[in-house]
Amino acid sequence: MFGRRTLEGGLDLNGHKDLSRQRSIIRAAIPKELVYPLVSQSGELAKVLVKTGERVLKGQVIAELQGNQGTLLHAASSGYIQENELRQIAHPSGLKSLCLIITTDGLDEAFPIDQLVHFSKLLPSDICSKIHEAGIVGLGGAGFPTAVKLAAKSFCEVDTLVVNGAECEPYITCDDRLMQQYSEQILLGIQVLLRALTIKKCVIGIEEDMPEAIDSMQKEIERQGFSHIQVNVVPAIYPAGGERQLIYLLTGRKTPSNGYPVDVGVICQNVGTVMAVYMAIFKGQALIERVVTLTGLGLKTPQNLWVRIGTPIKDLVNQCGGYNGPVERLIMGGLMMGLVLPEDSIGITKLTNCILVASPKEVAKTNDTEVMPCIRCGDCAAVCPVNLLPQQLYWHSQGGAHEKSQSFGLFDCIECGCCDVVCPSHIPLVQYFRASKSKVITRRREDEFADLAKQRFESKQLRIAQEKMDRDQRIQLKKQALVKLRKESAVTKPKTKDQL
Amino acid sequence: MFKVLVALLPGIFLLAWFFGQGVFVNILLAALTALITEAMVLKLRRRPVLKYLKDFSALLTAVLLAIAIPTVAPWWVIVLGTSFAIVIVKQLYGGLGFNLFNPAMAGYAFLLISFPQEMTAWAMPGHLNIWLFSDIIQLLFLERLPETIAVDGITMATPLDIVKTQLTINQETVVTVMPATVKNLLAQGWGWLSLGYFVGGLWLVQQRIIAWQIPLGFLCALTLVSTGFYFYDNHLYSIPGFHLLSGATMVGAFFIATDPVTTATSSKGRFVFGFLVGALTYLIRVWGGYPDGIAFAVLLMNIAVPVIDYYTQPKIFGASR
Repeated sequence: MFGRRTLEGGLDLNGHKDLSRQRSIIRAAIPKELVYPLVSQSGELAKVLVKTGERVLKGQVIAELQGNQGTLLHAASSGYIQENELRQIAHPSGLKSLCLIITTDGLDEAFPIDQLVHFSKLLPSDICSKIHEAGIVGLGGAGFPTAVKLAAKSFCEVDTLVVNGAECEPYITCDDRLMQQYSEQILLGIQVLLRALTIKKCVIGIEEDMPEAIDSMQKEIERQGFSHIQVNVVPAIYPAGGERQLIYLLTGRKTPSNGYPVDVGVICQNVGTVMAVYMAIFKGQALIERVVTLTGLGLKTPQNLWVRIGTPIKDLVNQCGGYNGPVERLIMGGLMMGLVLPEDSIGITKLTNCILVASPKEVAKTNDTEVMPCIRCGDCAAVCPVNLLPQQLYWHSQGGAHEKSQSFGLFDCIECGCCDVVCPSHIPLVQYFRASKSKVITRRREDEFADLAKQRFESKQLRIAQEKMDRDQRIQLKKQALVKLRKESAVTKPKTKDQL
Repeated sequence: MFKVLVALLPGIFLLAWFFGQGVFVNILLAALTALITEAMVLKLRRRPVLKYLKDFSALLTAVLLAIAIPTVAPWWVIVLGTSFAIVIVKQLYGGLGFNLFNPAMAGYAFLLISFPQEMTAWAMPGHLNIWLFSDIIQLLFLERLPETIAVDGITMATPLDIVKTQLTINQETVVTVMPATVKNLLAQGWGWLSLGYFVGGLWLVQQRIIAWQIPLGFLCALTLVSTGFYFYDNHLYSIPGFHLLSGATMVGAFFIATDPVTTATSSKGRFVFGFLVGALTYLIRVWGGYPDGIAFAVLLMNIAVPVIDYYTQPKIFGASR
């Protein structure tokens, strides 16, 4: 049961989990305002389904997000739609983006829900469409629409559902608390997912430093007498909770670098996602709230909260007793992979698992760490969980040799940040890799566009040539016909003259 | 880099004990030259001077070069060599992290080619440590010997020199000369010196300052190749222990070849790099034009690093290759 596979790299980080782990999850108050960014990660603007000034109810669909991660967005509470505004959002660019804003009325009136049907009477496709209608996406961080993931097709037959409860990032404890308090609901959610996938086997991966969560899940499995659902303990090494890393630790299967977990017969879902599935199927509630860890020494009382999607961060900070002394950095997500936020009015999104209010004691000041040149020491290669050579990637990305960096596995980088932590020269490696990736993607797009333009141009030339040829041919034919006609008339004319 | 300097201390003191306090003068001269030239070039290149001087890398280059040259070499040898290492080999290639060649070894090779006489005049072990410091200063700066001693009286061929000469000139005498040379290795201080560097090197490995793959590969190769040839003809080729304990084997394996900037990056690549340097060292010692081959072996393999890196890429997680 304790398949002690281990990661090839990774780091044994200080978890700082006790800051927020001890308190039960409590429900955050309804904020005055709910903020929803309307632009997807790939840049497409959402289709808004409500009008300014309209009253919406809790759970009502308000927008349809576009792009390859397109999902439905639901109002998290009842209130009135305001004029769309440009607001700061959580995005690495730091640019403002169009947001949909609801002023809540405090009544929290719910949108009427359909008659609930027990999941055992639902077809797998019905479950998928209900999950889609509930706007559920992967809550672990990537935000891939769950219904799309469940329907993924591959040459490989899916046989295992992996539930990710590893939560390897320091500070974050929302999944830990969920498993401690909602083990029954999570198991029901798993049953639903297994039915949707028409498979039997499920493995829950939990890190060894979460004994209460392990205990709670195991007890619940025993109580229900399930033998097809298993809890597997994985080593507490960051990033054991990365999708591909966890699947390897639990099943020994290595997801191909150019493929998806489904290609090794596995579908992986985060504990929070499973909880959202339970809420959708058993309570008819769309994804309008999630558990968020509010933590860091910069907060008076760090804790986990049930937060409505769209709640501004500052409202949550106030509910945690406010700021505690100077704050060095406000981070959305974990310490390792999170995003540094410029201000605290930004709303919680479906993907926000943690708000880390870091005090100067917890993170180094940006100016304190002087960046030195890479001396090729190789420490980064030793900790890379994907077996990359970060310093080679860095070298090639510095030189703009993006083809070369691709051959060194640029797109295999999971941006876990282990290399950044160990670099003795304090080089922000991942930042360079992200930039490199986006350059490659932009260039690909440009190439595609240029190809398309070339194709268009060529086909236009061809069409013009064809038309010219056709016209020439037609003229030729006409000429011939005319000549023929003239000849005929020449033959007949004298007759007429004669007749005259 | 500071710990590397600390790890060199046992070797440096043994060097001073057997070959005279000139080594301290050399180190001081080299350090001053390195810091001054590095500061000047950084200034010219409009780079922050203090930030780069603080990293000890120039100092390390200076010390490595200073212990590689004879303790009785005149002052201008070390000053020239260090300037060449810092200005040409390191800074002109872009400074810390960008140099292709190991600066200390490139400096050494430059000196060995330019001033072979000064660079091979090693003191007779045990003779200089009774000298007055003032006499040493006179020797190094004025190239003047105390009146009672003749030049031939203070220098002698190193064990590697002796074996080399015998091998190239008169192979028949190898049989008679070699056992004595090997026996003298420890008594004459060379063996002790190697052990001093070995101890410092092991400490660096334990401290995880240097990559263990390089010294391991280096010593494996040297042992394997020399054992092979020893069993092939033990009259002509020295016992493996001789190669492990003489010349710059230990300082090369633990302090020179392990310079991260100029070696391979992956764990496998580092072993390959160390192994090839070790094998090449033996080849140069036995068949090359110089008695010791570490410097040239390291420089040659520096050139091969991109190729080694290319062929020793670790398999990426989930990659089909």
